[in-house]
Amino acid sequence: MSLELFVFYVLAGVAVGAAAMVISSRNPVHSVLFLILTFFNAAGLFVLIGAEFLGMVLVVVYVGAVAVLFMFVVMMLDINFVRMREGMLQYLPVGALVGLILLVELGLVFGTWALVEDVTPAFPAPAPDQVPNTRALGQLLYTDYIYLFQAAGVILLVAIIGAITLTLRERKGVLRQDIGRQVARDRAATVELRKVKVGSGIQ
Amino acid sequence: MGFDLTPVLPELFLLVAGLVLLVVGVLTREGEAARVVATLSVLALVIGSIIIAASDKSPQLALGGHYVADGFSAFLKILLFVGAALAILLAQGFLHDRRIARFEYSLLVLFSTLGMSMMVSANSFLALYMGLELSALPLYVLAAFDRDNLRSTEAGLKYFVLGALASGMLLYGCSLVYGFAGTLSFDVLADAFGAATAERPPALLPLGAVVGLVFIIAGLAFKLAAVPFHMWTPDVYEGSPTPVTAFLATASKVAAAGLAVRVLMHPFGEWTAQWQQVVVLISIASMLLGAFAAIGQANIKRLMAYSGIGHIGYALVGVAAGSERGVYAVLVYLAIYLVMTLGTFGCILLMRRQGQYVEQISDLAGLSRQRPMAAAALGVFMFSQAGIPPLAGFFGKLLVFLAAVEAGLTWLAVLGVLSSCVAAFYYLRIVKVMYFDEAAEPFDTAVHPAVTGITAITALATLFFIVWPGPLLRAAGAAAAALVR
Repeated sequence: MSLELFVFYVLAGVAVGAAAMVISSRNPVHSVLFLILTFFNAAGLFVLIGAEFLGMVLVVVYVGAVAVLFMFVVMMLDINFVRMREGMLQYLPVGALVGLILLVELGLVFGTWALVEDVTPAFPAPAPDQVPNTRALGQLLYTDYIYLFQAAGVILLVAIIGAITLTLRERKGVLRQDIGRQVARDRAATVELRKVKVGSGIQ
Repeated sequence: MGFDLTPVLPELFLLVAGLVLLVVGVLTREGEAARVVATLSVLALVIGSIIIAASDKSPQLALGGHYVADGFSAFLKILLFVGAALAILLAQGFLHDRRIARFEYSLLVLFSTLGMSMMVSANSFLALYMGLELSALPLYVLAAFDRDNLRSTEAGLKYFVLGALASGMLLYGCSLVYGFAGTLSFDVLADAFGAATAERPPALLPLGAVVGLVFIIAGLAFKLAAVPFHMWTPDVYEGSPTPVTAFLATASKVAAAGLAVRVLMHPFGEWTAQWQQVVVLISIASMLLGAFAAIGQANIKRLMAYSGIGHIGYALVGVAAGSERGVYAVLVYLAIYLVMTLGTFGCILLMRRQGQYVEQISDLAGLSRQRPMAAAALGVFMFSQAGIPPLAGFFGKLLVFLAAVEAGLTWLAVLGVLSSCVAAFYYLRIVKVMYFDEAAEPFDTAVHPAVTGITAITALATLFFIVWPGPLLRAAGAAAAALVR
């Protein structure tokens, strides 16, 4: 058994085992931790097939952002996961049947797989053995695919505008820091000098 | 291929305008921002239409072949821009009355229009998907724009969840086509699936690509609100703020229909037999459901939802023909549909009692005595939508049915005529309620000039289309010829 194969089986085995733990562990926090383990192993698999960029992105985006967000949600919202799973056994047979039918259908479709003859790819990609794939992705993303890359950027901008439109509310009675006002304050507006007579207070 | 940005000018202009207006909206004083941004957005859309009208109509690829500008896209873009500008103008009074006038409304419409314009110019499945998402995301937000209103937020959420599902189906279809054809570009696909040439045997359409095509049609049918993917339509149309419904019912549908025509006629143009039956089925189901389900409706926005489903069914009759005549008929139909529907929503926005917008059909009673002009306009739109000559709606239907008969689908045209007879019942019922029923309460006399103006102009256009149909028919003819090469 070559070393590469050995590493593959270790990574794949741990990934599958951890994925099973994600859906079977009783404590939701444990589920998220196992999810992170799954992501790490999947990233390892990507590195193994020479797609180091995807491996890095998987760790940065999924572990760094998504899983941590999950963790926050799980810890902050009081969701009773045991109750959510109550009906699972009841629905399992029907769900499994639907899944099986879908699998068979897909198998039938892919059984006939044959690429259309002499298609010249419209957007040729550089061969993976000539450039490291991070650079290859960058070269494609910012040249042939610049349109889609920018479009994705606009979609994200719209998502931000939409989120703000739907959720931002001007609340009354909230103390906000307004640096402009702080700087513009002068002594006359805030401090008042009074002569106080002995034996009487200030009205 | 050089990096020529000239063909993309309309989109670039709209994008830059959107970004600038975002800053303008944030920096302008709160009370003014909505009005200022709305005015400037309309201006931007008008300038965008002028840029397109003045541009070169010969097919031009840009941005790595993902984008194509031709006569077909130019025709649809002008329709979309005009529709969006009118939707912004229609909205201002309504938003003000409902106290939800914020500048984001115009911006979201602007960005959605940008997405629609990218949709009709898409020349690869990736560009198609990006355009679709950019057009849909602002629509979800717009549907929930009246965020303190339960129905509006419900509409937004429903639209979002079902829209995500439809996107999933569309992407699945795209990936299947990619998996079996090895390319996402429409041009290369058209070449690979194209007619046999001297040096090449006839191409085969792999089974996987057919399955993918069906999924793509399903995803697009959702955007079109065609049966059986129409479930979201009545609820979303009823819950959304009325001007948003107007935008959803017009520009969004026109863009999706344009996209569907391009996908079916360009990469799969040689395979009419493969997709024709699917389109015919969707078309018949939409026409029948649009005709029968609308009869029982009491809310005029729900009625317009079903009426829109029916109209998409008629437009799909032209698509099913799969010929240049068919595409031409669809384009004319869409243009007329856009004008009629915007006008109808203008009339709905005119219905106010004691400052409240009313939307029940029974509320229309007595409109003819109190507001004869508004009643006349709504009457024109209803007769036109029913397809009664000599109004514009009749010619749309006529062209579509003629194209179907020419393509040998006579029975489909007959079904269309029969279902439009059924549909005429509920259109005429509205006219009856307006003219013959006793009114309960008077309507408000204060009106917003923009709404009145748009209603009047669209009503005149619908009424007098027969006098001067030349420009629209010529433009649609050129656009259809550009697509079917």
